[in-house]
Amino acid sequence: MDLKTLIPQKLKEKFPSAEFEVSDYRDELTIKFDKKDIVEVCSFLKSDSELEFILCSDITAVDWATRKNRFTVVYNIFSIKHNFRLRLKADVDESDCKIDSVSSVWHAANWQEREAYDMYGIKFNNHPDLRRMYMPEEFIYHPLRKEFPLMGIPGSLPLPKK
Amino acid sequence: MGLEAYIKDTGFLTTQVNAIIAWARKSSVWPMPMGISCCAIEMMAVGDPKYDIARFGSEVMRFTPRQCDLMIVAGTVTYKMAPVVRKIYDQMPEPKWVIAMGACTSSGGMYRSYSVVQGIDQFLPVDIYLAGCPPRPDNLLNALMKIQEKIGNTKASQFQNVPLNEEGSKLPELNVIQKN
Repeated sequence: MDLKTLIPQKLKEKFPSAEFEVSDYRDELTIKFDKKDIVEVCSFLKSDSELEFILCSDITAVDWATRKNRFTVVYNIFSIKHNFRLRLKADVDESDCKIDSVSSVWHAANWQEREAYDMYGIKFNNHPDLRRMYMPEEFIYHPLRKEFPLMGIPGSLPLPKK
Repeated sequence: MGLEAYIKDTGFLTTQVNAIIAWARKSSVWPMPMGISCCAIEMMAVGDPKYDIARFGSEVMRFTPRQCDLMIVAGTVTYKMAPVVRKIYDQMPEPKWVIAMGACTSSGGMYRSYSVVQGIDQFLPVDIYLAGCPPRPDNLLNALMKIQEKIGNTKASQFQNVPLNEEGSKLPELNVIQKN
């Protein structure tokens, strides 16, 4: 069976109560669901012997600025067995800016979640070491949020004295 | 060609202390290669036999700041890197000079962004701003020659970067020989 029909079908069998929003754009499969299921879904996709999404290529986020659910966390995962890429999405609202960490599923997720935290301020629950990835630790803003000015906030990053 | 041509058979040479110190200094500028990004590749090319910075007495790239008197800042300096660059500069003994190599170091270059320092002169005294993205190796040699010119024109007693101690007064002057 084609993976594009197999994956949604298996997910619906495994998680009957969850809602999956499946889309296929430019031959790329994307599945969107509620953030509370993220760890279960990811560990299922990784451990299922017919799928084996053992590689977590990237974790990032999107800031929609004015939408009801302001952020979308995006997971790009890869099945080496089938040479198949899959994109997972989960919405996170600004008022509850948290999502469960998948670093227990893929160790590679550790730094990628730190990057998403650094740039967007999304907190990852149960992350082993949620520090900033790029910006200095004392920095208090999140640069890829839409309200952050391109040239930064003057005085927020101290320079050494001349 | 060298000094021995002037000495001839007498073995004596009359000159000024300032002149001979400046001559010695400018002919052996030891660079601190602060290679942070792509400009460092061109800086490496300057060291190879084609461009050969050894012709100017500057082939000894020291990777410890304590043995250097010229810092070549080659690459994009981010706000996170700035304290490191400054710390290495502070570790260099006086007198010292700085080349801001390339557009990024001079002005932030194409990185007009929150993370990149828009010109290292915000936290370092810069002697030469070098244009280019990255500058060609010949251009870096030109900057080095400009630095040599500057060193040659500076009297040993006129160093600008003499550090201030905590009380704000100047440290003892370096030209002990002249006082005698």
